[in-house]
Amino acid sequence: MALSLAETESVSAGLRRRSRSHSLYPHWFYLPAAIIFGVLYLLPTLAALYFSLTRWSLYDATFIGFDNFAQFFREPFLIQGVINTLIFATTTSAAKTVIGLLLAMLLTSPVLGRGYLRAVVFFPTLVSTVGVGITFEVMMHPTQGVINQALATLGIEGPGWLVDPRLALYSIILVEVWKGVGIATVIFMAGLVSIPREYYEAATVDGANGWQRARRITLRLVWPATGSVIILSLLGGLRTFDLIMTMTGGGPGFASDVISSIVYKQYQAGFYGLSAAGNVVMTVLIAAIGIPLYAAIRSREVDR
Amino acid sequence: MLKHTRTPVLVASTAIAIGLASIGSALADPVTLSFLFGNDPTRLAGAQEVVKAFEVANPDIKVELETRTLDATGDNLVKTRLATGEMTDMFFWNSGALFQTLNPDHTLVDLTDEPFEANIIDSYKPVVTAKGRIYGAPWGTAMGGGVIYNKPVFKKLGLSVPKSWAEFMANNEKIKAAGIAPVIQTFGTDWTAQIFVLADFYNVISADPSFAADYTANKAKYATTPVALQGFQHQEDVFKAGFLNKDFASATLEDGLRMVANGEGAQYPQLSFAIGDIKETYPDKINDIGYFALPGEDAQHNGLTVWMPDAIYIANTSPHIAEAKKFVAFLESVPGCDALSRVGLPAGPYLVKGCTLPSNVAPAVADLLPYFQKEGATAPALEFLSPVKGPLMPQITTEVGSGTRSGLEGAKLYDDDVHKQAQQLGLPGW
Repeated sequence: MALSLAETESVSAGLRRRSRSHSLYPHWFYLPAAIIFGVLYLLPTLAALYFSLTRWSLYDATFIGFDNFAQFFREPFLIQGVINTLIFATTTSAAKTVIGLLLAMLLTSPVLGRGYLRAVVFFPTLVSTVGVGITFEVMMHPTQGVINQALATLGIEGPGWLVDPRLALYSIILVEVWKGVGIATVIFMAGLVSIPREYYEAATVDGANGWQRARRITLRLVWPATGSVIILSLLGGLRTFDLIMTMTGGGPGFASDVISSIVYKQYQAGFYGLSAAGNVVMTVLIAAIGIPLYAAIRSREVDR
Repeated sequence: MLKHTRTPVLVASTAIAIGLASIGSALADPVTLSFLFGNDPTRLAGAQEVVKAFEVANPDIKVELETRTLDATGDNLVKTRLATGEMTDMFFWNSGALFQTLNPDHTLVDLTDEPFEANIIDSYKPVVTAKGRIYGAPWGTAMGGGVIYNKPVFKKLGLSVPKSWAEFMANNEKIKAAGIAPVIQTFGTDWTAQIFVLADFYNVISADPSFAADYTANKAKYATTPVALQGFQHQEDVFKAGFLNKDFASATLEDGLRMVANGEGAQYPQLSFAIGDIKETYPDKINDIGYFALPGEDAQHNGLTVWMPDAIYIANTSPHIAEAKKFVAFLESVPGCDALSRVGLPAGPYLVKGCTLPSNVAPAVADLLPYFQKEGATAPALEFLSPVKGPLMPQITTEVGSGTRSGLEGAKLYDDDVHKQAQQLGLPGW
């Protein structure tokens, strides 16, 4: 509450000022935001960095240098968790981008029941992730779940969606795509409707066919939206947690563990320093993937 | 009486309301103690019964039960609330190794010098002691770790209770041939996967009496001590032989109890507290259920691994420590265990002096008692002899029991897991 209030204040203050002159804000205008950022983000980050170098019981911390990091990288299932994280982030991001673009193209065209379809696509985004996770956990139950019971009426024996170690991660990916594709679609729709009609008319006059128009105009000019979708879904995927915890808890065994669930389990076991180290590792990994990717996407944007 | 004073507004007649209010003001303002308990229905019913009896004996103190889940998430809630000073006045938690993870000297009230300690059997005290001080008091009875079995299935197939692992596996062959799942596993409730390893500990310590001490001192490992490795290997063998129920990967504790009570499965390795759950849920099947210790290699040394009761603790942030101590004192007295016996089904002997079991215990509990009565036929589980317990055992044993990791690999992984815990506790030698 305090955060949003202060944000609005500083934003509106900034707007007023800008309308009068182009000079920078007085420095004290930065103060509320700086205090909030410092207390809520900067300090905890620095504290986490310090505690990641200690063996910490919440009451006392023993400095142990980089032992936690060494230990974290020795976790036998960590490699599996990193691979799972990358699989999860890339496949959900790719699927959301492709499906989101196709849906956006469909939903910006004059299709019957467009408003209804838009609502249907966006709806899963509005539902709590925990609710979605628990619902699908029930629906994907191997014998009593509605999915396998439906398959059974067709004479198909459905797989153990969440209990088969080879399948569990991919079942969660399916649900994540279903849940997240609505946001991607909305971003793409905004990108698509902002492309001026004249380009298509000119291209049609020049004799371009539908495929050429889609490839040369739509894909090019929707690129800023594509970039946003890729970045948002990839970073969201890298730090995914709630859906995995509610659907499998990282199981069976360690089959669907990702970095964040491994970190959480260290915390749960009372290894606070170790889990702080895990979070530092995750932050670095996300930055190492996110920053170059963002730069690459920005450099490909074309001027209209 | 006090209950009525809380709802005077609901009473239509002013006269009655005034009358009740005057009764209320005649007594001192009641102190309300909050008590965080597990949501297991049988044990919760026991807690409610104890609270009721306590409130009758102490009309100026009320106890409000809060519940939590008894899984990793619920455990996390307890640790977080303790660490942030938000804990209820009293709470329910494991004794033994898991008690050590609570940082007792920072978070709990020292009960060492309380008069009720004289009522508690001495063998219990080490499992709630940290740095020489006692912080917990037993909740209910000790319990066994072994196998719940369906007696009609055994009778129909002419089987007898196995005393060795070889007999157990031979029984399983016959049960499987009869089209019944010989061994029930329920990895949908992940902690239940651990029983093959944890309940095998009697067999470990009877073959290697120094294992617990060596293990704490980082001198013995599961993977390199053949008799300790056995538990993991047995679990692997049972899976490989195809002895498990078909839905072992998704079944839950409740499913497992249903299967063994109805004879859909013959044997369910499980802690004996679950006998009480069967009595609650399938009261007409309780006489079909028996219990035996998890057998080891040697039929001559057949005995039971015993779980000490969980404990009640008082958080040192409580504003009502004196009243909370009264509640604990009541629990550790004969009226306290009588209240527990009224609703629950005792799963073993009480650790409070003077407390006796009701005479009409269920057959499965009657199967347990001879182990306790015979000298040397019980041994505490490892977590009560050593503070070292790795947090990942449920996941590791789920993998071993599902055939995705071998018993040996599982034991190695568990040894690594334990290493972190020992370091976190600051034990010497790690």
